[in-house]
Amino acid sequence: MEADETSTVAGDSEKQTQMLASIEAGLAADSAQNSGLLVQMTGITKRFGSFTANDSINLGVERGQIHALLGENGAGKSTLMKILNGLLRPDEGEIVWNGEAVQFESPQDAAKLGISMVFQHFSLFENMSVLDNIAVALPGSIRQNGFNLGRLSKRIEEVGEAYGLALSPHRPVYSLSAGERQRIEIIRALLRDPKLLVLDEPTSVLTPQEADALFVTLEQLAQKGCGLLYISHKLDEVQRLCSKATILRGGKLVGECDPRKEDVRSLAAMMVGSHVPEVRSPALHKIGDVRLEVEALTLPAPDPHAKSLNHIMLSVHGGEVLGIAGIAGNGQSELFAALSGETLAPQARTILIDTMPVGQLDIESRRALGAAFIPEQRLGHGAVPGMALSDNLVLSRHGTDRLDRYGMVNFRRARRLSDDVISKFDVRISGKNPVASSLSGGNLQKFVVGREILARPGVLVVDQPTWGVDAGAAVAIRQALINLAAQGAAVLVISQDLDELFSISDRMAVLHEGSLSAALPTGQVTRETIGLMMAGSEVDDAA
Amino acid sequence: MRLELVPRASVSPIARALSPVIAIVLAGLMAGLVIALMGRSPMAAFDIYIREPLGDSWALQEMGIKMIPLTLIATGLVYCFRANLWNIGAEGQYTMGAIVGAILPLATQGMELGRWLLVIALIMGAIGGAVYALIPSYLRVRLGVSEILSSLMLVYIAQLFLDYLVRGPWRDPKGFNFPQSVMFDTGSTLPILFEEGRLHAGLILAVVVVLASTVVLGWSLFGYAIKVIGSAPKAAGFSGFSASRISLMVFAISGGLAGLAGIVEVSGQIGQLKPSISAGYGFTAITVAFLGRLHPLGVVFGAFVVSLTAIGGENAQIMLKLPLDLTTCFQGFLLLCVLAADALTSSSIRVVRTPKKEA
Ligand SMILES: Nc1ncnc2c1ncn2[C@@H]1O[C@H](COP(=O)(O)OP(=O)(O)OP(=O)(O)O)[C@@H](O)[C@H]1O
Ligand SMILES: [Mg+2]
Repeated sequence: MEADETSTVAGDSEKQTQMLASIEAGLAADSAQNSGLLVQMTGITKRFGSFTANDSINLGVERGQIHALLGENGAGKSTLMKILNGLLRPDEGEIVWNGEAVQFESPQDAAKLGISMVFQHFSLFENMSVLDNIAVALPGSIRQNGFNLGRLSKRIEEVGEAYGLALSPHRPVYSLSAGERQRIEIIRALLRDPKLLVLDEPTSVLTPQEADALFVTLEQLAQKGCGLLYISHKLDEVQRLCSKATILRGGKLVGECDPRKEDVRSLAAMMVGSHVPEVRSPALHKIGDVRLEVEALTLPAPDPHAKSLNHIMLSVHGGEVLGIAGIAGNGQSELFAALSGETLAPQARTILIDTMPVGQLDIESRRALGAAFIPEQRLGHGAVPGMALSDNLVLSRHGTDRLDRYGMVNFRRARRLSDDVISKFDVRISGKNPVASSLSGGNLQKFVVGREILARPGVLVVDQPTWGVDAGAAVAIRQALINLAAQGAAVLVISQDLDELFSISDRMAVLHEGSLSAALPTGQVTRETIGLMMAGSEVDDAA
Repeated sequence: MRLELVPRASVSPIARALSPVIAIVLAGLMAGLVIALMGRSPMAAFDIYIREPLGDSWALQEMGIKMIPLTLIATGLVYCFRANLWNIGAEGQYTMGAIVGAILPLATQGMELGRWLLVIALIMGAIGGAVYALIPSYLRVRLGVSEILSSLMLVYIAQLFLDYLVRGPWRDPKGFNFPQSVMFDTGSTLPILFEEGRLHAGLILAVVVVLASTVVLGWSLFGYAIKVIGSAPKAAGFSGFSASRISLMVFAISGGLAGLAGIVEVSGQIGQLKPSISAGYGFTAITVAFLGRLHPLGVVFGAFVVSLTAIGGENAQIMLKLPLDLTTCFQGFLLLCVLAADALTSSSIRVVRTPKKEA
């Protein structure tokens, strides 16, 4: 049994087919047939204090099945998957694997059976390379026979290429965008020869192209008999990929269905329990003066792995949403950092907020001028994982909300303001003032977005505003962005979700290889032109 | 077979609060075992180590004297450790504080100047320690040098510098060639708190420092920034806190308090410079800071436990002929137990059986 697990890395096989063959060999060793029940969870209950995150849930996955797990933010999806992965222990219920009751003391136990998981929030070592991050997570059995880092590094490149998940093995993780980190997690899971692969919102930060490539891979895995559990808020993906769906709401099982036989609206309604609205275009409002302007911003890459920014020109008027499309890793984080002041521009006049030169000012001074920023990564950048929500409110608003009195923080007021964010943005929490890391992904995103929007900024720069939020909440966030603009703010949205950009932006530009195209009115561009520009082709006359 | 630490999903606050108590009890049991192995009665040792000092006013005062430098230094270390910066060199900053603080009292010795000299001496001591601590911090911020190594190595430089001073330029000419300076004038020594005692006014300084630090770390924006930098550096940048500035500041505070402890000890306790002005306070304070769970009020408790065992150890040496090193040994047990208890409240142990290897 151990021997055939090693074949993936040890073998000198070339590409995808060989790798899948070895996965098949692993499966064949376990059972001859490619169908039948692989795992059954019965009556799973998990409580956090008095809060019940999973309430006697049943879930079965068959070999070769791609099974969707759906539900709004905080429904309990990640919790259930962490139980299946041995990361959390259920209070009640049992797990039957291949007909045998099993109990997981740790993720290693689950890994031994062939359960592999791609987490919603990455678990990577920032200061280590891609290669090291993958190597440490491989089971010991793979690491023994004929293993060496050189081969693994080649293997990562091959697999990445074959699956359309390009990665250079020697880059340090801290220099990677969320999309690239997601690729590491996926490749890491694939290299472990899974018999059951759990993917918790794998596509929320992938580009459409990457997602497409991933779907092909997943379908092939399923054909070979691997069971897949797939969590996503993108229902069209689910319909395309999955033959069965289990739906959770408020920690309870509320339904099962074949997503291909439902339409998107009815699926969404099942998840939310009511009808999901659409983004309403704002009331007619005036487009005002330019409030955010970038004048020929050129920034060398801070380290060899980052992107340099070349001669970026843009302007956002009050009352307007400017969308910046582009595939992650084309300079988005660098542009965000330059706009926020986390990296300073070479000259003050390169960046203007309400005609004030701010290129040399730090983030707090820019906030003092009425700007607000929402970074892409919510855990660790936009919020401190181990701190309570009210303490996290202080993070970005200590200078502007009278929270700082003679150097003392008014934590009472912070608590009030944070409760305000929680109620206005419908952040679902367990407990009164929980730590950020205990929130479900989508709910923390709502909190971080709400925190900045309720600061009533005149200029808002946001990177991936709806990463991992459910359909209902995504609409709410987009609506809030539009409304903010309608009140006269300049809103700049960096996103790789074209649907999102088309539904909220007044003008759109594309960031490619650190260069920004001219911005065009949304009505004058098509998905095709934007798609081509994102892929790097010169489109001079897009209209 | 091997052991693994598996993180616990949730940690009860009761377990968190109890863990230092359990650690102390465990360390006590281990020490008892060692004493039993040495052929002495652990019960008698317990009596002498713990019970007697607590019932004796002389011993209580001696404990207070030891607690003063420990509390001052460890409170400073809390600033650094909370920011995830590892100042291991408090011993050196303590020594530098004592040296710089002693400059004026020694230079004006014999002139019997007033109390203001003492105030200046204390301030100079704190500055000396702070500047000395800024060396490793600056090296880290500017060049990325590990502060752990550089701060530790600076300890030896400071100690040897003191050694040179008291054997060379600052040696008391009438001191029978002993490596020591002249005695401070009364004007530049810290007053005694109780008549017929040795407990000095450094106690008041320590109390003020602990209370002020509780407020600063718990409620100020600076304390908040330290916490953010320690747990999520990128979020600190987002928040507008400069990591290098905070890093320099916490080192300055930490070094300043260690330096203050140095000059307080010299002017309140010893009265002159000599090579043995510290009983390893700068290193012991690391244990104290962790025993106090990186909280200023906890530090007082930690300093109390450590001083108690130190006094008890001296008694035990006299009465049971137990070696003084046993106290160091016990403090080692204590630190290990505290760290282990910390690890075990947040993680659980499990045994992994590895099948026989084929290759
Ligand atoms: N460690 C924890 N302590 C307390 N509450 C928790 C903890 N982990 C999760 N929860 C709560 O359990 C609920 C379910 O969380 P979970 O992460 O499973 O949601 P989810 O369905 O994955 O949502 P999302 O789509 O936003 O990722 C949330 O309300 C969350 O606040
Ligand atoms: Mg989740």
